[in-house]
Amino acid sequence: MVERITELMNDPEHIRNIGIVAHIDHGKTTLSDNLLSGAGMISEELSGKACWMDSDEEEQARGITIDASNVSMIHMVGNHEYLINMIDTPGHVDFGGDVTRAMRAVDGAVVVVDAVEGPMPQTETVLRQALKEGVHPVLFINKVDRLINELKVNPQEMMIRLGKVIDKVNKLIKGMNEDLYTNGGWKLDAMKGNVAFGSALYNWAISIPYMKKSGVTLQTVIDKCNEGDSKYLAKASPLHAVLLDMVVTFLPNPLQAQGKRCHIIWHGDVESPIGKAMYACDANGPVAMMITDISFDKHAGEVATGRLFSGTLTRGQEVFISGTAGKPNRLQGVGIFMGPTRVEVDKIVAGNIAAVTGLSDAIVGSTVTSLKDMTPFESLKHYSEPVMTVAVEAKNMKDLPKLIEVLHQVGKEDPTVRININEETGEHLIAGMGELHLEVVTGRIKRDKGVEIVTSPPIVVYRETVSKPLEGTVEGKSPNRHNRFFMSVEPMPEEILKAIQSSEISMNMENIARRDALVALGMDKDEAKSVKDIYGSNMFIDCTKGIQYLNETMELIIDGIHEALDGGPLADEQVQNVLIKLHDVKLHEDAIHRGPGQVIPAVRGGMKAALLMAGDTLLEPMQKIQITVPQDQMGAAISQIQGRRGQLSTTESEGDQIVVNGEAPVAELFGFAGDIRSATEGRAMWSTEFAGFSPVPQGMLSEIVMGIRKRKGLKEQIPTPKDYLE
Amino acid sequence: MLTFIGLGLFDESDVSVRGMDVIRSADTVFLEVYTSVLTGASIERLEACYGKKITPLYREDVEIHADKILDAAESGNAVFLTAGDSMIATTHSDLRIRAADRNIQTKIIHGASITTAVCGLSGLQNYRFGKSVSVPFPYGKWFPMTPIEVISANLKENLHTLVFLDIQKDKERYMKISEAVDLLEEQARRVDAKIPLYVGIARAGSPDPAVHAGSAEEMKSFDFGSPLHILIVPATLHDIEREYLERFAGLC
Repeated sequence: MVERITELMNDPEHIRNIGIVAHIDHGKTTLSDNLLSGAGMISEELSGKACWMDSDEEEQARGITIDASNVSMIHMVGNHEYLINMIDTPGHVDFGGDVTRAMRAVDGAVVVVDAVEGPMPQTETVLRQALKEGVHPVLFINKVDRLINELKVNPQEMMIRLGKVIDKVNKLIKGMNEDLYTNGGWKLDAMKGNVAFGSALYNWAISIPYMKKSGVTLQTVIDKCNEGDSKYLAKASPLHAVLLDMVVTFLPNPLQAQGKRCHIIWHGDVESPIGKAMYACDANGPVAMMITDISFDKHAGEVATGRLFSGTLTRGQEVFISGTAGKPNRLQGVGIFMGPTRVEVDKIVAGNIAAVTGLSDAIVGSTVTSLKDMTPFESLKHYSEPVMTVAVEAKNMKDLPKLIEVLHQVGKEDPTVRININEETGEHLIAGMGELHLEVVTGRIKRDKGVEIVTSPPIVVYRETVSKPLEGTVEGKSPNRHNRFFMSVEPMPEEILKAIQSSEISMNMENIARRDALVALGMDKDEAKSVKDIYGSNMFIDCTKGIQYLNETMELIIDGIHEALDGGPLADEQVQNVLIKLHDVKLHEDAIHRGPGQVIPAVRGGMKAALLMAGDTLLEPMQKIQITVPQDQMGAAISQIQGRRGQLSTTESEGDQIVVNGEAPVAELFGFAGDIRSATEGRAMWSTEFAGFSPVPQGMLSEIVMGIRKRKGLKEQIPTPKDYLE
Repeated sequence: MLTFIGLGLFDESDVSVRGMDVIRSADTVFLEVYTSVLTGASIERLEACYGKKITPLYREDVEIHADKILDAAESGNAVFLTAGDSMIATTHSDLRIRAADRNIQTKIIHGASITTAVCGLSGLQNYRFGKSVSVPFPYGKWFPMTPIEVISANLKENLHTLVFLDIQKDKERYMKISEAVDLLEEQARRVDAKIPLYVGIARAGSPDPAVHAGSAEEMKSFDFGSPLHILIVPATLHDIEREYLERFAGLC
């Protein structure tokens, strides 16, 4: 098996890199396991409940997938074998970061939707993550057996129901990218065959092209399900054959995909040798690999997994890690993942997903290359952001050094976790996507890493931003008063903000391309060409002209800006969506008198004063909530949203169920799970999703700010601009 | 009244007699301890010599909390001591302006400065110096190229350059001549310039100063001993300047 795989790996035309994405509980992991068993990787009896892809004890205990896992398998279409590299991704919204990473590595996605429930909010989220990365979709409608056994539909009703699901998914795809929907083959069409239906649990599926091959029709499916003979279906129209046929036929191979995808994920010069090699998926080109996952193996140590877009990896090779100025790293081992085990191979060529060891400097999102100065890949954009923090402490003081090491590891493994280590106070903060996410992360520290820790109750993460443009400029003075920085801040224009968030604009772009993109969004040409830094969703523009020594001072100015943006004046929370301009500078003649000790505090202080004067305010994280309840429980569900400072957006009836949609602040959602259960007698189905940050209501602002300041040990008084300008 | 007094270059005995008198009759004595240092005397020695309690001032005390100094100057006679001269290599002009803002009278009593001492030790003529420059310790990605730019511009005009070396008093870090030469050579490499000759001077003003002229390699191998160090990059040498360096600075 391994030999056949390694042979196929050298032939990109016969490779498909795919991911499976779905709303939680729509059956992704069952599907993955049955695909594997079909492809001869695990025994048939086990699949369906083995959860082979769920290798983490925690995953098996909770029955959900937490990490994305990889596996390679072989499928025959026509007379040729195909290598299918598959990544299973988590559906729970708290783990959305894993989905984004997985999508960077693959070219195609199987979107799984429950036939009864239809597309859910997280279907939309994961689909958007896939399409943003230029990943080609196909659809699998799962749990069709429930339509027959529970809802007792006839063939005609079934057609209508399935048609509705397809329409809904098509509507989502069209809304996200109309061009590729119409011209790029992204439109789903059962007749064409890029949609399949079936039951992952009972291991069968049908598609219109496969019906012609197998003779199994909708009527056969209904009859056999009613007879309880799903074994017949699993033999006559097996899940893996139908699904993988669809994958091979409709999803692009790396050669086709990279030509179309590279401009989305990499903004370097297309005409450079590395640009050409990536667009062509050239095994003889320079090495260009994007790390999408880091895991720790007891024997091999740190394993970095990622997509190789160009070149060939061999053991012993020296490669550079972008963003680390240091020495090259040497590849100690080169391999692929087969479920939880890693298999060593001699070499890996462009177009594959590789798992390598020896890259001690790499983190998730790193660009690995044989070139010294390659433009890095675009950073992974997470659609959800950390909204909650817990403080952790080592139970035994002697474990402290180990805890710090483990926290660094956790931060490397899961890029959606933000770790903040404060060696002075000994308070270590872990920020994550929600209560469940943080429970899993802290649980893993205790269980896998063996460090006893005490955790605080979770705290909501806030942001700061300005609410109006600063009038005039602020003058930041250095402590020796010989250096002066005249700056202004304003809210980021909406269009530009969107372009930054979707990485259409970044510092990795060629200057001219960035300037043109900004001018197209309405920015003045002189300003557009003077962008010096983009930090989170903030941007810094140097509007000065011809100031001596400014160039060599710029790094320090940017450091000062970062310090102010990392902790705003109001509550020391991260600042976002601010456009910063530098209008004039006075510098001391001598470099020592305009060194870091002078410039950084001058800029930081000026920035903080400017933020305050531009109406610095607090933003809180919001969550979209969808609750599906029987009609008579609707009132209870609605009051659960409204009682939490929530806003109701829609209520729709679907059959005898009511779907309530709304939005509420994360701060009010502690204990929501228990409350909604008891309020609706356990009859509500619900899901939540990150909905961005919104301003804290004016009436609560000062109370919340004081609460945060008190917790952080800051002066319990809102600072004034004057505090930062002397 | 606020009197700025330069203490000279090495120890408690370098201050002028007039300076000493003013210190002895002052109500408050401040000593600025972060831009330079009298290598030959501790605060205790100064206190014993002047018969006064001395308040040391760190960067924050002067740059951020100057009011403490100004309050003392408003209510009595305060002196502000620095090594060398208060207004030359260090930059205390701002404090004098702040004092004037509060209608406090100010006076300066000058001390010997490194800028004149180097002329005596090297024989390089004061008339022929261009802009001075200092070499800071690099910080992260911050690596100013000003030093090589100033040196090149001076060389082009055939002028000498006095090169101050960074002092990080709080970290007990004093840049050595060998470190500075490394940084300058790296800068020269980046802009494709060449520095033909250096003059290194250590402990100017002390009883045992070291002076040595030569190439970058010689500067790095010569043992200049303990701080403070300073450098000159000379332009084309005048005959007398050359002879002086050969006699007193080992130039060959």
